[in-house]
Amino acid sequence: MASPADLRYTRTHEWVRRDGDVVTIGITDHAQNELGDITYLELPDVGAAVAPNEPFGIVESVKAASDVYAPIEGEVIERNEEAVESPDLINSSPYDRAWLVKLRVADPSQIDQLMNPAEYDAFAEATGH
Amino acid sequence: MTGTAAEPLRETPLKERHVALGARLIPFAGWVMPVQYAGILQEHHAVRNAAGLFDLNHMGQVAVDGADALPFLQSVTTNDVAALEPGGAQYSLLPNERGGLIDDIIIYRRPSGNGYFVVLNASNRERDVAWLQTKAAERTDLNVTVEDVSDRTGMIAIQGPRAEAIVQPLCGLDLASLPGFHMVEGEIGGVPALVARTGYTGEDGFEFYTPVERIGELWDALVRQGASEGLVPVGLGARDTLRLEARMPLYGNELSDDISPLEAGVGWAVKLDKGPFVGSEPMRTMKAAGPPRRAVGFRMLERSGSPRHGYEVQVDGRPVGVVTSGAMSPTLGENIGLALVERDVAGVGKPLEIVIRGRAVPAVQIKTPFYKRPGA
Repeated sequence: MASPADLRYTRTHEWVRRDGDVVTIGITDHAQNELGDITYLELPDVGAAVAPNEPFGIVESVKAASDVYAPIEGEVIERNEEAVESPDLINSSPYDRAWLVKLRVADPSQIDQLMNPAEYDAFAEATGH
Repeated sequence: MTGTAAEPLRETPLKERHVALGARLIPFAGWVMPVQYAGILQEHHAVRNAAGLFDLNHMGQVAVDGADALPFLQSVTTNDVAALEPGGAQYSLLPNERGGLIDDIIIYRRPSGNGYFVVLNASNRERDVAWLQTKAAERTDLNVTVEDVSDRTGMIAIQGPRAEAIVQPLCGLDLASLPGFHMVEGEIGGVPALVARTGYTGEDGFEFYTPVERIGELWDALVRQGASEGLVPVGLGARDTLRLEARMPLYGNELSDDISPLEAGVGWAVKLDKGPFVGSEPMRTMKAAGPPRRAVGFRMLERSGSPRHGYEVQVDGRPVGVVTSGAMSPTLGENIGLALVERDVAGVGKPLEIVIRGRAVPAVQIKTPFYKRPGA
């Protein structure tokens, strides 16, 4: 399926939504499909600092554990408790109910450098199975 | 245990069917095999509640024949092959000289009573065959042949409570009278097959061996017959969670060259009184002294990631062993695992800590199997 038009995408298969100085991060439909049935989600506490290219969370499927990365520096202002309680939401609703964290960021314009939907779809196609 | 770049991956004769069924294919033990179709959890539940169909064409088979096939097998395996009646099947082990394990195997005595048919793990096929042929050549006093028949043998399995109801209409055999760990020869959907009531899931079910060129026909017949019974194709992912719940060991996880069967919880398949066999003396010594390590089952006591192969096990912060297999159990809905630990810390009800990404997460040892099918 085509990736939502209003989001930006990372090479580690996260999606990012910008809303003023707040960005919301989740994992893409392609990523959840590659991981398979998701059984566990670990997220940072509210107030935690996250940094680019450092894992801030863990998503586990039956077969494997995978890191989740933030593409931008920021502070966690909200985490999705519903997704922590029901990690299978990541499989069923990766762009909507299963957002992972909201960050307050100093320089939201950084996310404009991330892939747009067409670029991400091509990237996922090239790296997928 | 994947193929190297130099060696092309082997393809099962059912590969096109897997692709058509939407399978995700992965390299496994030198083969391209389906890891999942609809999803591991769905496939797992289908086997527990209805039935699942498994492509096992990657597994190895050898034919052991000749007047001295029995004494030969007695000398290279741990279980008592003499106990096998015609058509009987037996879980057994291929030991090395040090009392560790080269593989775990199923030995079938052919229904005719003539010779044996041995099933090997895909990842160990080449070295098992080489080992057995070397051992056979050493025994110039024995009349025995060991032939690798893997390439001409097709193998699939149907497992689950609806398995018998699906297979019965396809054959003239009386499956209800075929006991567990027994094999008969017959035709299934017109395909000549050895039909064994064996498996690797903890459920009732059958494994079929056919000429490799007929295996697709048998697969198709079972798919058609099983459609109304909830039969689904099942990949390697669910095969692993199913066998773990049933506490069936996996070579490379629970079993290895450096783990004694007496430690691994498969000592019941070691018959030291049957006469000498490869590795029997080191095993006898270990049995007398008590195995230094024990394989134990555990469940996690807190919400956490899953325990996985290779994770360290501690007690009070002290390293005492390693997780051999672990997963979120689809049937139980909790994290379970098997670990190989120092014997002093082993015991149902005793605590362990599993180190998951640097954090020691509490677990408790519990009785196994984690899952037993109703009525079993």
